[in-house]
Amino acid sequence: MMKRTSYPYLAWILIFTIVPLFLVLYFAFTTGDSQNFSTFIFSLDNFKKFFTPIYINVLIKSINLALVSTILCLIIGYPIAYIISREKPKKRNAMILMFVIPMWMNFLLRTYAWVTLLGRNGLINTFVTKLGFPALDLMFNEKAVLLGMVYNFLPFMVLPIYSVLTKIDKSLLEASEDLGANLMTTFRRVIFPLSLPGVITGITMVFIPAMSTFVISSLLGGNKSNLIGNLIEQQFRWTGDWHFGSSMSIILMIFILITMALTSRFDKEKEGRGRGLW
Amino acid sequence: MKNTKVIVLILLISMLAVFAMGCGDDRPVINVYNWGDYIDSDVIKEFEDEFGIKVNYSMYETNEDMYIKLKQGGSSYDVVIPSDYMIERMINEDMLLKLDMNNIPNMEKVDEDLLYADYDPTNEYSVPYMWGTVGILYNTTMVDETVDSWDILWDEKYADQIIMLNSQRDSLAVALKRLGYSMNTRDVAQLEEARDILIDQKPLVYAYLGDQVKDTMIAGEAALAVVYSGDAVYMIRENPDLAYALPKEGFNLWYDSMVIPSSAKNKEGAEAFINFMTRPDIAAKNTDYIGYSSPIPEAIEMLPDDLKNSDVAYPDSDLIQNTEVFKDPADIVDVYDRIWTELNSH
Amino acid sequence: MVSKSLKKLYTFLIFLFLYAPIIILIVFSFNDSKSRGVWSGFTLRWYVELFKDPAILKALYYTILIAVLSSVISTVIGTFAALGIHNMPGLSKKIVLNLNYLPVLNPDIVTAVSLMALYRFFKLEFGFTTMLLSHITFCIPYVILSVLPKLKQMNKHLAEAAMDLGATPFYALRKVIIPEIMPGIITGGLMAFTLSIDDFVISFFNTGNGVSNLSIEIFAMSRRGINPTINALSTLMFVSLLVLLLIINKRTEKN
Repeated sequence: MMKRTSYPYLAWILIFTIVPLFLVLYFAFTTGDSQNFSTFIFSLDNFKKFFTPIYINVLIKSINLALVSTILCLIIGYPIAYIISREKPKKRNAMILMFVIPMWMNFLLRTYAWVTLLGRNGLINTFVTKLGFPALDLMFNEKAVLLGMVYNFLPFMVLPIYSVLTKIDKSLLEASEDLGANLMTTFRRVIFPLSLPGVITGITMVFIPAMSTFVISSLLGGNKSNLIGNLIEQQFRWTGDWHFGSSMSIILMIFILITMALTSRFDKEKEGRGRGLW
Repeated sequence: MKNTKVIVLILLISMLAVFAMGCGDDRPVINVYNWGDYIDSDVIKEFEDEFGIKVNYSMYETNEDMYIKLKQGGSSYDVVIPSDYMIERMINEDMLLKLDMNNIPNMEKVDEDLLYADYDPTNEYSVPYMWGTVGILYNTTMVDETVDSWDILWDEKYADQIIMLNSQRDSLAVALKRLGYSMNTRDVAQLEEARDILIDQKPLVYAYLGDQVKDTMIAGEAALAVVYSGDAVYMIRENPDLAYALPKEGFNLWYDSMVIPSSAKNKEGAEAFINFMTRPDIAAKNTDYIGYSSPIPEAIEMLPDDLKNSDVAYPDSDLIQNTEVFKDPADIVDVYDRIWTELNSH
Repeated sequence: MVSKSLKKLYTFLIFLFLYAPIIILIVFSFNDSKSRGVWSGFTLRWYVELFKDPAILKALYYTILIAVLSSVISTVIGTFAALGIHNMPGLSKKIVLNLNYLPVLNPDIVTAVSLMALYRFFKLEFGFTTMLLSHITFCIPYVILSVLPKLKQMNKHLAEAAMDLGATPFYALRKVIIPEIMPGIITGGLMAFTLSIDDFVISFFNTGNGVSNLSIEIFAMSRRGINPTINALSTLMFVSLLVLLLIINKRTEKN
């Protein structure tokens, strides 16, 4: 009898998850007037269009930025996750809470806050020029977009690493020390390998939103150069070419599925880590 | 479990508060869809009070944005305020309703020169809202030379000091005019040439912005910007170092008019709103607030002197000789879209 | 010793990085000037203006309404779904769980456009309903993911024992199972609530007719330029979420 309680959900997932994805697939492989389903004809034109240098470059740029921001998050995030995990439980919980709190602020507002800081006459530059240095170009470029990504997604890296690090059996570290390993060796041979699942989860959690964002690039990038997310947004909201937009969504999804497949081999424990991150 | 109860209580209270806010409003509604920063919200309130109609107001960033939202259906708006070429397209695609001019007696207050325009030759679909030009706004403390040509936007001296408009037609028009072509060109080669010089220009551009340009220019963060005349009026008011110039190669003259889309659900309400916005005292109040150029002579008379005599808002006729009004590219819209996407993606 | 102070410095810098923008947003919500770099006196006028702005109030109304409705609905559907999934045989359980992960792992923008295509296909009018349906859709998986572990922890024989003692399945569910998994349900519901409040991308694509939430409004405002009322709004949202967080934290500490 208990099985049946999930039927409403199964119906829901069918209508609101599976059917929509098939619709996107359908749009991606057809052309025609996006607003009139009867005009659709099967075609690979959308994909052909995408695989021209101009759009491939957008894809490469998006991958590039997502990769760089993931690496930065890892380099910045790992040490702090490590430091926090070595604190006493009470302090460590407080610190991790401090890490989560900023994420409770609307993510647009968090990104927007940087506009105030980075502008040519913004706070950082006011400070810099007061010190007698020339004003810096911080806004409306790729560096600003990168900063926005790292700022927004850093907790996605830190939390999974942290939770794996705290689970490492202390006696392992002691054993390693007893066997004569110094701190560096212990880290390299024991701690880091054991924390790999967390690192992998972190990488996925940062890479996916960084790859698909359009908000950060449009707020901090000055609309000068598109990322794949912007391109998709434009197709649905400005040019109305749902077919091309859908084909790009499919490409984005495939990319992310590949990333997941590559990383899930390392990732043994899947928990409900996602946008929530408690 | 005590805390569970607290949480449930909080949820219930917030739910009640929400319902309380939502209830008690059964007035008829009109959905108004307008550009961002393009109306005095007090005027809306006055309309609501006077006519007992609730205005559901929402905003778009560009004509294209608005067009797609309407075109893809699934939403209904009663009043929309698109520009000339977009009105032409919407008339051709049967997306607009004919207005009942008996319900809009204030139509006679509108400057006759602006009626029966090319985009609405029978004058049955639209009532002018604002008009203006597109020119160069520059900061006189950063730009010494005379600004009279689009060429200055390609001058390397101003690298990273130039702001372009994040709008397809407007940015392409700048490049096309600089090349000496029509901004309504149907020649793909010319459009691609325009795209290429815009790509060349990119390293010099600080950003492609919409309304954000206002803060950026007022704060003195860039030297030059392509702007609409109405925004120029507002910015010069806020920062007297700024000045506005109309390039000699020619520039865009535009009209934004109020129309009723065919998905409208409250046509009478919409016409009442259009009539209200065309009433001279209301038009004057609205114009004073947003800074754009009113099509209603009586309203202009009521404006404060600095606005009334502004040659940015109301240029002498000899200044607006070399102009073009946008036309709908119709069958080659997708070429324009492609060119713009390619420019953005570069 | 050096490494210890190095650690402290590093921690400090990271927290500075995380909090500086937020603190500045909050400080400048009290600044008596529209321009950003300069402090020109204390004021509360942006807060006054915030509460006079009909667009923001309307967005706030829709944000809360949708968050409440979608979290309640998704909690109910999700809890029952979790009960069902828990009792499923291996293979179908695996399939359903993987399907459940789809909306979690899919990029927001893909979920958003796929839902948009769905509503378009069924010719639904974009607005409140479409936004609510979308929110429920992305909330349910999180409820399931927080209820399932509690079901796993629960003693299998509890419900059976209840029924052996004559309880109807519904009675057993109400009196035995639900209380046992309550913490998971509440966590799931709260998670749904916050996800809904915070959502931008999916709402942005699936709304219309003047219905917007705070995120959409903030996006529009930030595209228009600097406006200290945004700062005032962020301060209020931050503080209220902080309070909610503290309540939850107290609750989980007790459990």
